[in-house]
Amino acid sequence: MPKDGGIGASSKRREDVRFLTGAGNYTDDINMHGQAYVHFLRSDVAHGTIKSIDTSAAAGMPGVVRVFTGADFEGVGSIPCGWQVTDRHGQPMQEPAHPILAQGKVRHVGEPVAAVVAETYEQARDAAEAIGLDIDELPAVVDMKAALDSGATKVHDDLNDNLCYDWGFVEENKEAVNKAFDDAAHVTSLELVNNRLVANPMEPRVAVGDYARGTDESTLYTTSQNPHVIRLLMGAFVLGIPEHKLRVVAPDVGGGFGTKIFHYQEEAFCTFAAKACNRPVKWTSSRSEAFISDAHGRDHVTKIELALDADNNFTAIRTETHANMGAYLSTFAPSVPTWLHGTLMAGNYKTPLIYVNVKAVFTNTVPVDAYRGAGRPEATFQLERVVDKAARELGVDPIALRRQNFITEFPYATPVAVEYDTGDYHGTMDKLEEIADFSGFAARRTESEKHGKLRGLGVNCYIEACGIAPSNLVGQLGARAGLYESATVRVNATGGLVVMTGSHSHGQGHETSFAQVVAEMIGIDESMVEIVHGDTANTPMGMGTYGSRSIAVGGSAMVRATEKIINKAKKIASHLLEASEADIELKDGAFSVAGTDKSVAWGDVTLAAYVPHNYPLEDIEPGLEETAFYDPANFTYPSGAYACEVEVDPDTGKVTIDRFAAADDFGNIINPMIVTGQVHGGIAQGIGQALLENCAYDENGQLLSASYMDYAMPRADDLPMFSVDHSSQTPCTHNPLGVKGCGEAGAIGSPPAVVNAVVDALQSAGKGVTHIDMPLSPDRVWAAMNG
Amino acid sequence: MAQVSMTVNGKAASGEVEGRTLLSSFLRDQLMLTGTHVGCDTSQCGACVVHVDGHAVKSCTMLAMEAEGADIATIEGQANADGSLNVIQQAFQDHHGLQCGFCTPGMVMSAAALLKENPKPSEQEVRAYLEGNICRCTGYHNIVKAIMAASGQDVTAIAAE
Repeated sequence: MPKDGGIGASSKRREDVRFLTGAGNYTDDINMHGQAYVHFLRSDVAHGTIKSIDTSAAAGMPGVVRVFTGADFEGVGSIPCGWQVTDRHGQPMQEPAHPILAQGKVRHVGEPVAAVVAETYEQARDAAEAIGLDIDELPAVVDMKAALDSGATKVHDDLNDNLCYDWGFVEENKEAVNKAFDDAAHVTSLELVNNRLVANPMEPRVAVGDYARGTDESTLYTTSQNPHVIRLLMGAFVLGIPEHKLRVVAPDVGGGFGTKIFHYQEEAFCTFAAKACNRPVKWTSSRSEAFISDAHGRDHVTKIELALDADNNFTAIRTETHANMGAYLSTFAPSVPTWLHGTLMAGNYKTPLIYVNVKAVFTNTVPVDAYRGAGRPEATFQLERVVDKAARELGVDPIALRRQNFITEFPYATPVAVEYDTGDYHGTMDKLEEIADFSGFAARRTESEKHGKLRGLGVNCYIEACGIAPSNLVGQLGARAGLYESATVRVNATGGLVVMTGSHSHGQGHETSFAQVVAEMIGIDESMVEIVHGDTANTPMGMGTYGSRSIAVGGSAMVRATEKIINKAKKIASHLLEASEADIELKDGAFSVAGTDKSVAWGDVTLAAYVPHNYPLEDIEPGLEETAFYDPANFTYPSGAYACEVEVDPDTGKVTIDRFAAADDFGNIINPMIVTGQVHGGIAQGIGQALLENCAYDENGQLLSASYMDYAMPRADDLPMFSVDHSSQTPCTHNPLGVKGCGEAGAIGSPPAVVNAVVDALQSAGKGVTHIDMPLSPDRVWAAMNG
Repeated sequence: MAQVSMTVNGKAASGEVEGRTLLSSFLRDQLMLTGTHVGCDTSQCGACVVHVDGHAVKSCTMLAMEAEGADIATIEGQANADGSLNVIQQAFQDHHGLQCGFCTPGMVMSAAALLKENPKPSEQEVRAYLEGNICRCTGYHNIVKAIMAASGQDVTAIAAE
């Protein structure tokens, strides 16, 4: 029987009611008294020297409050990067300055050059068109490998070259890996592209800056996944506002997927301009602006080699990746191709030797940073593609080859610096074979062939690392931040609770699932627990939501704070019941004395805490409010096995996803309905990457796919129903809930399944196609079949 | 600037607009009906769908002045008279047909228009009808399921949520 509340119940989402009735409070719904509007004039060339900016005509246009250029920001801090990677030779990465408005040069199409603040949006836009901008265009650096040629045009004149870093991992293993390849019975190699994507949350970014002259306090309302991080980065590094004079609010946020983690120029601008203009300043991104100003994702070019012995055991993996950073270093960009990618290269397999080389490259393109999965999809894609290719080269079953090489004993220390605590890779594969109906595939293929279609089955595994931690380790790896999470639990006199969490919900349903956990711990109804997030003024310092960390890290902090509450409440109860504290038990919202019928209700204890007439004041303080910070001992390691069945039309090259199955191990699960929804969405984004989505730049650095007319977002008729299972559960051993996280799994696990399936379909027709780069659009598939 | 008057969710509404003011802007900025969302600028995403004289319309694609005298329905007017969720809204909650909620108003308004013209749509008909509504969170699985459930069809055979 499904539970009707608490941990493990598919509680309906309480936040849905406001979203379904138009009562949400998204940032663009916020309008301040007296607010002005800003429109940014953005570079329409990828690379050039600014010769002059004439704002005189614009300044005189109707409604214009003020026109800003880079000159107004001299002396203001650079947009900071939050992670410093050290290269193979022990040197820090090259790190360019990142101005709020362009200083002297423009380095990508979309870089803000000037900003007009006016009474209305329309007036700001009209005036921006009157700005005289004279740019001396320079050759654009677009191709990553050409960018590293000696004599290549430099994106940043003050850097040595376009190489941000050349990273080797694990550098000490390099020679041993090379020797393993020399000794291999078989080597499979594959060159592939992990295509550049735009995260495209449906809510475009918005920033509203406000300044209170009377108290010298600034407030920024922004579409962020982590308001405290924005407060720290913008306050301390950009604008020089102490945190106690700066409040950052991220209210209802319409999706993030990584791209709303980062601190952007527009946030700093609106905060700065609100003070400079002494009135609120609002910016709402258009979708067209979003394409050229939101950080992009992925964009790796990789050569991967897999060495096998004569018995088909994996003996070594060697990779060389070029990773695009774009024109500037976005907040966490350097960490994505390194510590979020290299550490995942063991995947689900006991390969003893691994060497990963990553060259991160500056180009005249929009900055690239984390997008759902961030490094882990790139690792999974190359590994699961090369394993599949090896199976086909060796003439063995792809699933059997995987199973033969699975890690089966835990904890397992990989050769890429991480230790998996738990997992059961055969278990998820068994479950996949069941839900995907592999036994019926042959009949389905025959049926497809009758209709002139090719049917393919693709399978892959994945391993994810969620809740990046602990802080002292990531600090050694270059993180300029801690990666703990926080929660304050405030119990009111009448027994209701407010949980103030440092996590941020922008679609994940924390207001429901977090409440389920606390309700279960105390034994009260979920409706008595309110979850508050997204405002630095009323939540403790927290690191926010990304990397599938909310329940594993934020949830753990909440559990720790609730445990403190319960411990104190037991003390109060023992006083009220005149019993020993050790004998007090909490069950179903009541404290009782073990072995007796004496009990006191939760509400009586909470009331006593705030009306302490009969209360042990000499021993404990009144009140019932506790805070906990939780810094995990390790990542968590969800895993799974995915299967995709496609039909390919050989006449057109069009790929149709007919069936998709996912068997995941997320450890313990709080709300199965929400978890399944997260997997659905991740799979859709993964299928989008595999079949539809692509950021196409031309040789001049112009983004050709810069609207929904050109960038193929997955639509309802592109996707099938998904078969999702998460009954295979190996709980995490190092957090109190035994949870692992589920936000990114679908996006990590699905692209290789799709490509493996298409290759299978084409090979079934005798085509010698071994790989097609994503997206597998009809023209690419047709060309591969007929090339 | 010109005066424009219309009926919105059963009440008379009017305001001063420029010729270029979009219906979506008029609803959001002047009537403060911020449930209608704007997710793109090429009439692709459908977050702004409202009903104009009973027909689903992308309100970012229509000038406010074109709606002179029209009967407009937005997400704010969809709940039952007692404030409870209507059948479609309730089905979206029951089947987890929304996550971040940003596309949701457009999805609900499109679903209402679909079920008006096709009371028992098949899965493929729902998917085809939603071609102009983009969701980035749900993968559409639960949206399709919710709309079919709202039409009174048995969705228990569709994979569990």
